[in-house]
Amino acid sequence: MGIKFSLLSVIALMAAVFVGVKVAGLHYFFGVVVPYAALATFLVGFIYRILLWARSPVPYNITTTAGQQQSLPWVKQNKLDNPTTTAGTIGRMALEVLFFRSLFRNTKYEYHEGPKLRYQWEKWLWIFGLLFHYSFLVIFLRHLRFFTEPVPGFVHRLEGLDGMLQVGLPGIYITNLIFIAAVTFLFLRRVVIPQVRYISLPADYFPLFLLFFLGLTGILMRYFSKVDVVKVKELALGIVTFNPVVPSGIGVLFYMHFFLLCVLLAYFPFSKLMHLGGIFLSPTRNMPNDSRMRRHVNPWNYPVKVHTYEEYEDDFREKMIEAGLPVEKESK
Amino acid sequence: MKIYNAKLIIPGLLIFVVMVTFPIWYNKGSAAPPPEPSLNTPAIQRMAEKQCVLPKDQMRTDHMQLLNEWRTEVVRNGNRLYVAWDGKEYNMSLQNECMRCHSNKSEFCDTCHVYAGLKSGSQPYCWTCHIAPKENK
Repeated sequence: MGIKFSLLSVIALMAAVFVGVKVAGLHYFFGVVVPYAALATFLVGFIYRILLWARSPVPYNITTTAGQQQSLPWVKQNKLDNPTTTAGTIGRMALEVLFFRSLFRNTKYEYHEGPKLRYQWEKWLWIFGLLFHYSFLVIFLRHLRFFTEPVPGFVHRLEGLDGMLQVGLPGIYITNLIFIAAVTFLFLRRVVIPQVRYISLPADYFPLFLLFFLGLTGILMRYFSKVDVVKVKELALGIVTFNPVVPSGIGVLFYMHFFLLCVLLAYFPFSKLMHLGGIFLSPTRNMPNDSRMRRHVNPWNYPVKVHTYEEYEDDFREKMIEAGLPVEKESK
Repeated sequence: MKIYNAKLIIPGLLIFVVMVTFPIWYNKGSAAPPPEPSLNTPAIQRMAEKQCVLPKDQMRTDHMQLLNEWRTEVVRNGNRLYVAWDGKEYNMSLQNECMRCHSNKSEFCDTCHVYAGLKSGSQPYCWTCHIAPKENK
């Protein structure tokens, strides 16, 4: 149900562009209006979402302790998986953000005959997650050649490295292949593993289909049904310099590709894709395990009005002495 | 309302916004003009009907694949005769046929290639084997 809905949504989006551009001739709408709206939604939505999270207090120190904590001097601490210092916490965050450490630790357990519960290491999600994210990053950076003039040197170096196979013409980019393979794996994983399929929602399938068709239209455009790259760059440069122009004669495939990107941008702040910013705000990762050294005060503790025993005794000392009750201090 | 850890989150957010808006401030608000490949060469001037081996639009998007097919035909099949869509016959050769008309590589080929970002690592590798024309300047 979720799969069909998500797939049909993405196909409907592409069909809308096809009709809009081919039949209604809405080149300006899809080439200028939608991109600006999407970019604004992305930036404002992203900042809003982060600030919304930043306004939520962390009531407890809920850091995960994934290794030996700091203990007696002769017990070796796992400084990256259970950090107590700022440096250690930054190290743990770096491992998480750059190398997906917590996915690397992923294990799977299943019953075997006996019944015996068996634990296995399960690295496929980690590998394909890593491949997906890094190839997407490279593809993203490579596309800067359409948005900058002159093109910065690092984009050329990246392209050279990515196209080093020099197979076919235009040359194949390694990341294109990896990207499609990784997205396909991430999709199949959701479909094939029953438990994962059970918890998968349209919000999980939709981004995958979106990214798959984003990649597919890009690949089609580069290798099969070509569009005029010079005109595409003219349009892209027009957008980022706020002098929008819509050169005539760009193929409809480009508008599909561009619109899917716009949908991705606009959808971003409202979806699970916000893990881009959210990972930095994960209290289970970004807090040091120092609850035995520093007191974590709940920021939204209500200021309770207290009346201590000392103050009570100050109020009633004479009467207490008169009545023969023991007091801590004889006078104020 | 209070923003917790504002000292870290606000700079982080700023860095992110600066990074994603890179193309906007990199171009400083002025788009470089799109290239106009020059057709002003003596050979083209002399032509009665200024027509390339394929229609212009197709040439703009597909010339690299055409060249690749020519390469295959010539180098592997030894066939140098190309019959164009309009029945004209051409000698399949980059240096002797293409560059006969488009003798101005730097004002023709390079203008679009540089603009589209085909430089250094991803440069079209025609000229790793072929000799680039000497242009009189």
